[in-house]
Parts: sequence; structure tokens; C-alpha cells
Amino acid sequence: MSLLTYDFVVRALLGALFTGLAAPAVGTYLVQRRLSLMGDGIGHVAVTGVALGLLTGTSPTLTAVVVAVLGAIVIEVIRETGRTSGDVALALLFYGGIAGGVLITGLAGQSAATLNTYLFGSITTISWADVWVTLALAAVVVVLALGLSPQLFAVAQDQEFARVAGLNVRLYNLMVSVMAAVTVTVAMRTVGLLLVSALMVVPVATAQQLTRAFRTTLLAAMGLGMLASIGGVVVSANLDVAPGATIVLLALAGFLAAYPVGVLLRRRQRLAQPFSEPDDPHPIAPDVDHHTVAREDHEHAHGEDCGHSAVPHGDHVDYVHDGHRHASHGSHYDEH
Amino acid sequence: MSPVVQITDGAVELGGRPVLRGIDVAVRAGEVLAVLGANGSGKSTLVRTMMGLVPMVRGEVRLFGTPRADFQEWHRVGFVPQRVTAASGVPASVREVVASGRLSRRRAFWPRRREDREAVEQAIDAVGLSDKARDGVSTLSGGQQQRVLIARALAGLPDLLVLDEPTAGVDVQSQQVFADALRALVARGATIVLVTHDLGPLGPLVDRTLVMRDGRVAYDGPPIDAFTDVEAPHGHDHRTHDPAFVDHSPGVTSPWDGTRRG
Repeated sequence: MSLLTYDFVVRALLGALFTGLAAPAVGTYLVQRRLSLMGDGIGHVAVTGVALGLLTGTSPTLTAVVVAVLGAIVIEVIRETGRTSGDVALALLFYGGIAGGVLITGLAGQSAATLNTYLFGSITTISWADVWVTLALAAVVVVLALGLSPQLFAVAQDQEFARVAGLNVRLYNLMVSVMAAVTVTVAMRTVGLLLVSALMVVPVATAQQLTRAFRTTLLAAMGLGMLASIGGVVVSANLDVAPGATIVLLALAGFLAAYPVGVLLRRRQRLAQPFSEPDDPHPIAPDVDHHTVAREDHEHAHGEDCGHSAVPHGDHVDYVHDGHRHASHGSHYDEH
Repeated sequence: MSPVVQITDGAVELGGRPVLRGIDVAVRAGEVLAVLGANGSGKSTLVRTMMGLVPMVRGEVRLFGTPRADFQEWHRVGFVPQRVTAASGVPASVREVVASGRLSRRRAFWPRRREDREAVEQAIDAVGLSDKARDGVSTLSGGQQQRVLIARALAGLPDLLVLDEPTAGVDVQSQQVFADALRALVARGATIVLVTHDLGPLGPLVDRTLVMRDGRVAYDGPPIDAFTDVEAPHGHDHRTHDPAFVDHSPGVTSPWDGTRRG
């Protein structure tokens, strides 16, 4: 592939690969806690961090990490202490973050175009130093997200139970928040601060269309995130557009492809659920006569390929059609 | 032998309002204690206080003889919180949720041992969900989801099992499964504290009843069927004089709610 002869494309691909793995790993826990927009909020706060870096002449990545981590801790504290107005307090922080970022960037005498490279990603500006930082931080995030997955799962699933199980719930919650903050800043150069949340949430949403278990959802989301990131960088290098947009659109395309499959799978699962005998110990009507002969004639014998849905019912199979449940009984069919 | 759970002179405030006052309760090993009471009587707060989920303003809680702040042996405690559903934002299988119950016996970053897996399978089996172990919890009925939460608590092989309204809104069949699972636990010598509105099939298991009223213990003794059988302790009822006063639940008054006195 001729693209790989460009050094900056190789750097961007490496960055995207690790970002694509780390973002959905953290995102799964955020989605599980129904905090899908938390990554977005941290991204907004990190804008102020980038601007502070531009103003003071230090590395914007460094200042962004510091400010994003602080913001994530504040969000977590607000979430834990505030009960009803928590989301309003979070919104205030988000808006403050992005407004502060724009203002400070102006004060620093930098153009909106400079800020844009952080908001929407820019593969040409990624240095080798950026790549190494991305690799190291993303690796830490992935190791924690996978290694502590039983603990993080339990805390996100049911905080009270986790506390009684002796887990330090506050520590694990803070850990997820800080991991989210680190991931946001790590993803800043490839996806951009405003779109990074999509890479945390969309692959998870796609994965759970097809999965039933948490661990498979987590792993599938990481795989999907990686594919979208790498694909997005390749497309954006070819079209010369911001990589963030192509990565997110690819991830969304994956969701659009998976959604109908998920609907179909869930429908098939529901239809194949075996019928159970009613457990009601006090039936309203006297016991239903089990030998109600189906009134209509059957032009064919119900069987494996008759086209009607076959559902297990106790020791036999019922066939469902036209609002009836029919089971074979010798020479005729019974209404079940 | 020291009591399994002991609260001495316990008092709890939520949002500055007293919710529990003058609580002296000791649960002995092997007992099955049912906590009954009306809505807002503090019965749920009582067990949450035992579990360390609610801070006390005075008094002391001891678990297995150890002050709660120093208590480390959380694997001896199983808790079934009051919940409507076992589902969360991401799909999770029955087996995964129940496996959380082993965390008090596992170390971080260590893989699952064989005994962990076996305990999980046994717990799922005890609540009759073996054929659904791989299913997503969100696809189960409400009663089945409650059974998953019970199995999660059973998986840790607790010496003390605390259940906060486990049978609320659960069908009779699932209640019977509970009763059987709890009976097996009792046979093993475990202690059970059970908050409930309605004992149902669990009735025959209970050997002591506590009735909460208005944040105090109104009755503590041999099993009774319903908390309404207990007479008011001081022979008069404040509520009849003040119809505007509804309950002692914190967090339901507004700053403009001037008619409430308490």
C-alpha cells in the first residue's frame, strides 16, 4: 500500500489502532452506567486544557490530560453527591469548558484553525512523541479495562451490592472517570475532542445489537472501534479530510448495518422461546380441555419446513399460524 | 458467641431528618429474622444500615462481633438490594451477573478459579435458572431477574444473607423457588435477615419477627403474620391529631411545604 510510505500515515494508523481499542473499552463501562455522554463532557472540558497549553507554550496534550482528569474527577464528585440536579451541574461544566477553551485560544493569539486540529483531529500533525504517549496510555487503559473487568462490571451493574461485596466503589468509579479522561485526550489527535465520545459509545451500541453477554460486548466493541479507526484514517488520508469525521461515520455505518440484524435476531429469539405451562395456581376458568380439536382443515402436515414457526411446548412442538397454536394429535391437530 | 449482626443505640438521619431512632437489635447465628413495617417505617434503612450503606449519627453496628468500620470479611455477607431489575445499559448474561457474587472472595487481576465457577453454577441451579444461564438478564421476566439477584448473593456462600424486599412483585412460582433456596441455606446454618411486606411462602421459615414503626422497633418477638397486628407502643397515635402530617420520609418535603410539622 503506497500510503504506508508516508511517515505521517504510519503514525496516524498506530495512533488510531490504539485509540480504537481503548475508547470502546472505557466506553462500555460508561454505557453500562448510562453515562454515554460523559466522554463528550470530558472532551468539552479538555478544550480548555488544550487552550491553556497553547497560551502557556507547553504541550497541549499534557495540559489537556491534566485538565480533563481534573474535570472527570469533578464530574464524578458532582455525580456522587448531587442527586437530582446532577445533569444540570454537568452541563454547566461542559459549556464552561468549551467557552473557556475558545476564549483562552483567542487570548493566546491562536487561530480557530489551530483549535480545529484538536477539535476534529488532524493526522498530519501527529508526531512520534504523540504516538508513543498514545500507545502507552492506551495500553494502560486497555489492561485496566480488561484486567479489572469483573470488578468494574459489578460496580457499574449495582453499586450497593458492590459495596457490600467489599469493593471500593468510589475508587473504581474514579478509575473509570480518569480512564475516560485519559482516553479522550489520547484520542484528541486522531478523532478530535468533539467526536471522541462517538468512538466510546457507537461501537458499544453496535456490538450490543448482536451480543447477549457483557464480555463479548466489550471485546466486540473494541474490535469494531479498531476497525472504524483504521478504516477512517485510510479514508481520510485518501480524501484529505479530517480523520475524526470519517472514523465516526464509519462507526455509525457499522451501527446502521448491525441494527436490522439485531432486530431480526431478537425477534427470532422471542418467537423461539418455548411455551410454558401456566403456573397460576388459581386458574380463573376450570382447567382448559386439552383436547380442543383445531377447527380449520390443514392443507398440509405441519413439519420442519412447512413455514410456520415451530415452538417447543413441553414434550412436543406447537405450530403458530393465524393466531392459533396447533399441535399434532394423531390424525388431527389440537388447539393449544 | 457474639451476635451475627448487632446494632446498639442506633440512630440514622437522612437529609437532616431522623429515620431511625433508639435501635437495639441483635441477630443471633442461625436465626431467620423477618423485618416488617409500613412504607417509610425505616425497615429498609435498618438493613441498609447493617450493611454499611447508610451512615449512623449515633450508636454502633457490629458484624460477626467486629465494629462495622473494621469489618473486612465481606465474603461472609450476602446482600440482595431492593431493585426492580437486574439489567443495566449493556447486555449481561445471567452467569456474568451471578459471577459478581464471587468478587468478595476473589483478588483483583486474578483469573476465576474452579471453585468460583462451581459456586456460580450451583447458585444458578439453586434458583432454577440453569437452562437460562447464557441468556441476557434483560430478556428474563421480573421474577426471574429477582432470582438472578438472589443467586448472585448465594454464589458467595454467605454466612449472613440480607434481603431487601426480594419478593415484591414476584410471581408465586418464583417465591416458592426463593423459599426453597433459603431453606437450603438455613439448613447449612446461615443467618437470614429479610425485609418484606408480605411473607407469602417464606412464612414457615421465619423464627423471629421485627416490626418497624416510624423509625423505631415496635415489636420484636415470635413470628406474626402482619405488622398491622402490632399495637402502637405508647397507646396513642400522633397522626390522628394532624392530618397534614403524612410520614417521616425524608426528601419528599419542599421548602414551600409549610403545612408539615414534625
